[in-house]
Amino acid sequence: MKLTNGNYVRPPARYSWWLRQGRYFRYMMRELSSLFVGIFSIIMICGLYQLSQGEAQFTAFTSSLWNNFWWLSVITFLFVTYHSYSWFIVTPKAMPLRFSGKKVAPWIIIGAHMILWLICSIFIWFIFTNGGAQ
Amino acid sequence: MNVKLPLKASNKPIIWSLFAAGGTVTALLFPALILLFALAVPFGLLPAELFSYDRIQGMLDNTFIKLIVFALLFLSIWHAAHRMRITAHDFGIRADGFIAFLFYSIALLATILLVIALF
Amino acid sequence: MSDVKTSQKSVRQVEIEILRYNPDTDEKPYFQTYQVPCQEEWVILDAVNYIKDNLDRSLSYRWSCHMAVCGSCGMMVNGEPTLSCHAFVRDMPDKITIEPLENFPIARDLIVDMDGFVEKLSSVKPYINAAEEKTVEQGTYQQLPEQLQLYKQYTQCINCMLCYSACPQMALNDGFVGPAALALAHRYNLDSRDKGREVREDVVASNAGIWECSFVGACSEVCPKHVDPAAAIQQTKIAATGDYFKKFLMPWKNAQKGQAPEGGDQ
Ligand code: SF4
Repeated sequence: MKLTNGNYVRPPARYSWWLRQGRYFRYMMRELSSLFVGIFSIIMICGLYQLSQGEAQFTAFTSSLWNNFWWLSVITFLFVTYHSYSWFIVTPKAMPLRFSGKKVAPWIIIGAHMILWLICSIFIWFIFTNGGAQ
Repeated sequence: MNVKLPLKASNKPIIWSLFAAGGTVTALLFPALILLFALAVPFGLLPAELFSYDRIQGMLDNTFIKLIVFALLFLSIWHAAHRMRITAHDFGIRADGFIAFLFYSIALLATILLVIALF
Repeated sequence: MSDVKTSQKSVRQVEIEILRYNPDTDEKPYFQTYQVPCQEEWVILDAVNYIKDNLDRSLSYRWSCHMAVCGSCGMMVNGEPTLSCHAFVRDMPDKITIEPLENFPIARDLIVDMDGFVEKLSSVKPYINAAEEKTVEQGTYQQLPEQLQLYKQYTQCINCMLCYSACPQMALNDGFVGPAALALAHRYNLDSRDKGREVREDVVASNAGIWECSFVGACSEVCPKHVDPAAAIQQTKIAATGDYFKKFLMPWKNAQKGQAPEGGDQ
């Protein structure tokens, strides 16, 4: 677009810009993970609702999740894991730490988050395998 | 390229803090949750009895676990709603007001359903 | 001595395609191709200078220092925002495409209109807003080396505008204040002598400021000075969120904002 002062403005690629570069594509995949976070959250909320409705409803819910929608869970798992990775890898940027005047090395901050991730995962595993024992 | 006036003070901190908190708890807990609850049984890694009605119900009888479940799903749903709003914008959809209304309404409904289901 | 021999040996013929635009005669920019015999040790800027000196004197572009300090020779090289003095031709394929920096209006050939950028830089009040003005007799504002270290990284910006070209949010919304200006605001916010964060938030935390950033992180990847504007913006988001809730929960504190001192001319 030619402006009145003679300058020319290139039209931006409004819909396809994210296909032009690897870093833009990775960004879009990261953002798209939110779709799967949303889907899985809603699935879990529906599951909790079915749970409140009684045993038959809840069993129908789990068997449908496991038998009919396992493929969705696979995709969701991949996207959500990418979300976790991309979230932790940038933590040093958002939360730079200083220890006695010195900058803490980024890999330490990232590593601490990864370890916390592992601990949380074990915690969930522990709850599922032991927590419900009655 | 110029700054477009007038500038308005932004209320984004409200939704952004939900987004940030949600992103963190989701990143920490969702992969394991999906792997165990949604994938372990169909892939034969864990027996289905582990996720029976009685056991899950028993887990949620624990107030501590119930609160964790509530916080996790509440934050994750608002995290997803806000990020999807931005993603729609990134994909070139310019009806931001409508998109925001749509996604935040879904999140609100899901929140209400979550409260009904849990408490 | 053997210099001539070595340089002859290492000459490589490179096809360079440059986006041309003359506002007086052209409706639209168009590509023009040049065959350039490039030396082993050349950077992109050397090749462009060769074109200007030997092939086409009408080619317009900005450059000055040839050593990644002045920040004026930024161009899109094969689609990547690049300081042309900071990228070797030997690392490039035999065909190189050069365009003016993206997300800016083209003034002529590789020269972009940077008025908007300068306006954005000054909009964040990039100077020290001290709590109180000191007279000469009262002495200087003192700062410890550790306090300098807190923000030193953010002082390294050379205003090359590569980050603005890399930022997709800039492309989607050209009113966005943008990475370098927000990093500059953060630099002053972190300065122990400065008390102007709330004054800056009028722009920084507005609908044109930090909240337009979705943390793509491309700015930090292309920045030749490792300023890391993406980090500055995320830290500013956290600080601004804190300020927002503080204001919300303690409304009586708002009155102080009007008294915040202004340093420098408006
Ligand atoms: S922040 Fe980096 S890329 Fe952006 S203008 Fe400054 S030096 Fe250039």
